[in-house]
Amino acid sequence: MSEFFQYLITGLTIGSMYGLIGLGIVLVYNASHVVNFAQGDLMMVGGMSAVALLSAGLPLPVALVGGVLVGGLSGLLMFKFTIEPARGAGPLGLVIITLGVGMVLRGAAELAWGQRFYSLPTFSDNETIRIGGVTLVPQSLWVMGIAAVVVILLAYFFSRSLTGKAIVATSLDRDAAILMGINTSRMQLFSFGLAGLLGAVAGVLIAPIAFTYAAAGLMLGLKGFVAAVLGGLGSFRGALVGGLTLGVAESMMAGYGSSDYKDAIAYLLIVVILIFMPRGIFGGMSGERV
Amino acid sequence: MSKVEVKQKATSKWVCGGVNEHQRRTAGHFWQRPITNVAVLALLLACLPLALTSGFHYHLAVLVGINATIAISLNLLMGYAGQVSLGHAGFVALGAYGTAILSSRYGWPVPLALVSSAAGAALIAFVVGRPILRLKGYYLALGTLGLGMIIYLVISNEVWLTGGPDGMPVPVLELFGGRLTGPADWYWLIAVMLLLVFWLSTNLIHAPLGRALRALEGPEAVAGSVGIDVPRSKLLVFTLSAAIAALMGGFLALYAGFISPSLADFLHSIELALMVLVGGLGSVVGSIIGAALITLLPQVLTVVEEYETLVYGLILIGVMMFMPRGLLSSIIDLWRRIKR
Repeated sequence: MSEFFQYLITGLTIGSMYGLIGLGIVLVYNASHVVNFAQGDLMMVGGMSAVALLSAGLPLPVALVGGVLVGGLSGLLMFKFTIEPARGAGPLGLVIITLGVGMVLRGAAELAWGQRFYSLPTFSDNETIRIGGVTLVPQSLWVMGIAAVVVILLAYFFSRSLTGKAIVATSLDRDAAILMGINTSRMQLFSFGLAGLLGAVAGVLIAPIAFTYAAAGLMLGLKGFVAAVLGGLGSFRGALVGGLTLGVAESMMAGYGSSDYKDAIAYLLIVVILIFMPRGIFGGMSGERV
Repeated sequence: MSKVEVKQKATSKWVCGGVNEHQRRTAGHFWQRPITNVAVLALLLACLPLALTSGFHYHLAVLVGINATIAISLNLLMGYAGQVSLGHAGFVALGAYGTAILSSRYGWPVPLALVSSAAGAALIAFVVGRPILRLKGYYLALGTLGLGMIIYLVISNEVWLTGGPDGMPVPVLELFGGRLTGPADWYWLIAVMLLLVFWLSTNLIHAPLGRALRALEGPEAVAGSVGIDVPRSKLLVFTLSAAIAALMGGFLALYAGFISPSLADFLHSIELALMVLVGGLGSVVGSIIGAALITLLPQVLTVVEEYETLVYGLILIGVMMFMPRGLLSSIIDLWRRIKR
């Protein structure tokens, strides 16, 4: 039984990451109807920047915040220089552009840091915690805790703040939002910046557990998608629960099944869910966009 | 903007620019007729060896030819039918690995292995095609991506069969009693394949299936209401496209003599989509040009290999931002504007 809980904890930790990446994807999708294939690479930028700042001699907390801010900035720049000028490119065109942005980020990271693997130190001491037969690394708690805080902050932001409400309004009906005097283009800019921040938070959280490297964004970004689609692509809660579900499913597969096919779970899920439950497991909440 | 253009803008919502308008409007001109195009391409392919002075040139020409044929097959799906695929490399890899495994592990004659693999890939496409093609837009992109990744993971994990990440060797192709070894032999084989697929595709636009497919880039309800069996048309082109891709994958494996799972990975799928997009959706000639550019680019970039990912990304962004209908259409438009 303790084995089961061990897998569960591992799954929830990695699932929180998928959830955070999924949240960034949903955020951008809601505000601008763009499926952002560069979200994983924004995550990588956050992690790598934190590593760079740390090795430049800055203290760890400053490096972490700096990495997150660089991620946010990348999101803003991405919108300003690629998405906004290419408004007329059509949905597929925009998807391709985000793929291109992801490749540019990856290529730039390869140039700057090579293809080596980097790691951040854990946020607190490294002593493992044992509860019953389950071993827990403190960084897992950091990951899950910060993910939870981020989600609560986001919920607060979208329900209470004027900017947050304006983003929600933009996502619900862009034309109506314009008529209400909302600067929808700025809201989309915000949402890209926020997605960059979210991605970078995921990046700095995961760097102490898994390694960070230039191509890290590709796989994790795709997993973030699976999380978002599991949740119905459009629901924040869905993306988070989708991420946790995926993380746990992968962890169980690796533990009880074949670890070779751990990654296949995500893609199998995406195909099955899309075919049988096109609105996601928590679907029905968001209507189809025409 | 003329009425026709407005209508086309509206109907080609999902594909970035829609089928090459220019090609469609002038379909009646003698120089735009399929048979003329095929003849011109045949002439070009026959004359090209005059410019190929070394084995390396032939090697590049063969790679371009294989990629161009695959790009045309993907264009049938993306350009004509407006169905995105981010997993096409999976079918290429199925053909390649099928050919390699059947011939080297089970001792099948190579041509039989090649054809069976293509047929097998077509069968897989036929079976998974119907549910997957029900998806639209982003969801279809993600569904095909998932399919491609599953193929990739199976190939990298089933080490006993595929050699896993280390790859596996492929036997030499023997045809009509002779062994195809050098790039110069291969050039003619691939040229014939390219010509056949080109001919098939240019004719398809004017066949009932082609007309049905072109109706699909608009709202599907409209296509359905004029009596087009929408699911069947999509499934047919998906299957055809997969079969061609797998067949060329088999040829690619036989030519290279060695294959690895990277053949099926996500980046290869993106590369193939890039060839189609650079050339222009719906333009068969464009696909050949796109394939040539994307295949030859790394050769130019070898000096600065570490820039490859960056440059690919910039090209993707640039093409989509500044010439969403592809290089060929943009150049034709530019030329007309200058002439005017």
